Amino acid sequence: MHIVIPTAEALRALGYALGQVVERGAAIGLTGDLGAGKTCFAQGLAAGLGITGPIPSPTFVLVCRYDTGRLTLWHADLYRLENQSALDQLALEEALEADGVVAVEWPDRFPGLLPDDRLDVRLDHHPDGREVTLTATGPAHAALLERLRG
Amino acid sequence: MNVLGVETSCDETAAAVVGPDGVLSDLFYGQTVHERFGGVVPEYAARAHIEKVGATVVEALARAGIERPDAVAATAGPGLIGAVIVGLCVGKALALGWGVPFIGVNHLEGHLLSSLLEPRAPEFPFLALVVSGGHTTLYRCDGVGEYTVLGETLDDAAGEAFDKVARMLDLGYPGGPTVDRLAALGDPNSVKLPRPMPGELSFSFSGLKTAVRTHVLSSARRSNEDICASFQAAVVDCLVTRVRQAAHRERLERVVIGGGVAANRGLREGLLKSGLDVYLPTPSRCTDNAAMIAVAGRLRLLKGQRDPMSVVARPVWSVTQGVELA
Repeated sequence: MHIVIPTAEALRALGYALGQVVERGAAIGLTGDLGAGKTCFAQGLAAGLGITGPIPSPTFVLVCRYDTGRLTLWHADLYRLENQSALDQLALEEALEADGVVAVEWPDRFPGLLPDDRLDVRLDHHPDGREVTLTATGPAHAALLERLRG
Repeated sequence: MNVLGVETSCDETAAAVVGPDGVLSDLFYGQTVHERFGGVVPEYAARAHIEKVGATVVEALARAGIERPDAVAATAGPGLIGAVIVGLCVGKALALGWGVPFIGVNHLEGHLLSSLLEPRAPEFPFLALVVSGGHTTLYRCDGVGEYTVLGETLDDAAGEAFDKVARMLDLGYPGGPTVDRLAALGDPNSVKLPRPMPGELSFSFSGLKTAVRTHVLSSARRSNEDICASFQAAVVDCLVTRVRQAAHRERLERVVIGGGVAANRGLREGLLKSGLDVYLPTPSRCTDNAAMIAVAGRLRLLKGQRDPMSVVARPVWSVTQGVELA
């Protein structure tokens, strides 16, 4: 799925729509340059899950957990991490097994961290806003993408 | 009452002693390991704290000229969990060994109260702006432990925006001090940047960061000095405007600041020109330090608070909540 999104509000709305249809065990990778809108998309996702309150950038704290929505959301950011042992401290594998929703910014820093069946959200700067590419890499997330289309 | 403070929540291994007449000693051991990696490496941070915390505490006591403090205060969060645990465990162990009271301190409360260590200290109530790599929050402080959040960032923290802009310009880590230095040499009006101010007293720096990136990649790219000056002016405008609005709404003239970005010269000048009654901690007490932990712990101890040994380390912890017990 490939779309050009004109504004931050529209990007948040796309995240929101995903948050409304996402199911347990979803793994979402958010890839894109600084300022591409990764946190913005994650804010929409959180709101779509019914999570209230601010969803700040997790760059400093590395991972934030939100329990106030329909499903637990882990929002992680690998931007500042440099090696595998540092990553182990985030206990993201635990989060992936915990039946919530895991959204990871900068997953490309650690390929193989997210499961083979996941949703890749790629955000690119574009003259008219942001170009968003959603790719499901397995059957569970292909079904999720279908629900999002519906 | 002499209180030993221990702080290991992020990059610095720090220990200090604060007594009735102020700071008796204030030490820290920086972790150069992060400069090499361009960011914080949690596991290395924790390991480096373990190696340095003992010597730092011994030296802080020696310089204060005491063998045993009357109480121990240690940061219990928020921060990198592995790093926080090191200082918290050392603090508890020392208190237990010496048989003196222990208190777990919220790192942000340390920043809120760091101005109280200055010769000219503010009286309650006051507004406090905590600006660092992980936080951008405006508080109303009515007394020790009586804090209300008036506004916070909806996305990036101010210090995070500084670090990310520094990375776009290849200025190294941490980026804040370098941006500040270059800003003094540039024209703050050269790059047109937004001043995002979302609803109420909230902050937002994500759009500003993106605007800087757009400019950096454009054909009209100015010098690093001009970009830093323009970016810093935009951040300072947002912060100072919010402080003035909060002062007006809360009918409070007194304002304190804390956190790493509080050392930024542009912000300090901007606040001093705001017409408010501003209290600035000395720059070395804006960044993480143990004297602020000792003073926050000391004030709580003087109010009669004592914490049990079951205080747990917390990666995320609002200063408006009390300590969590296991």
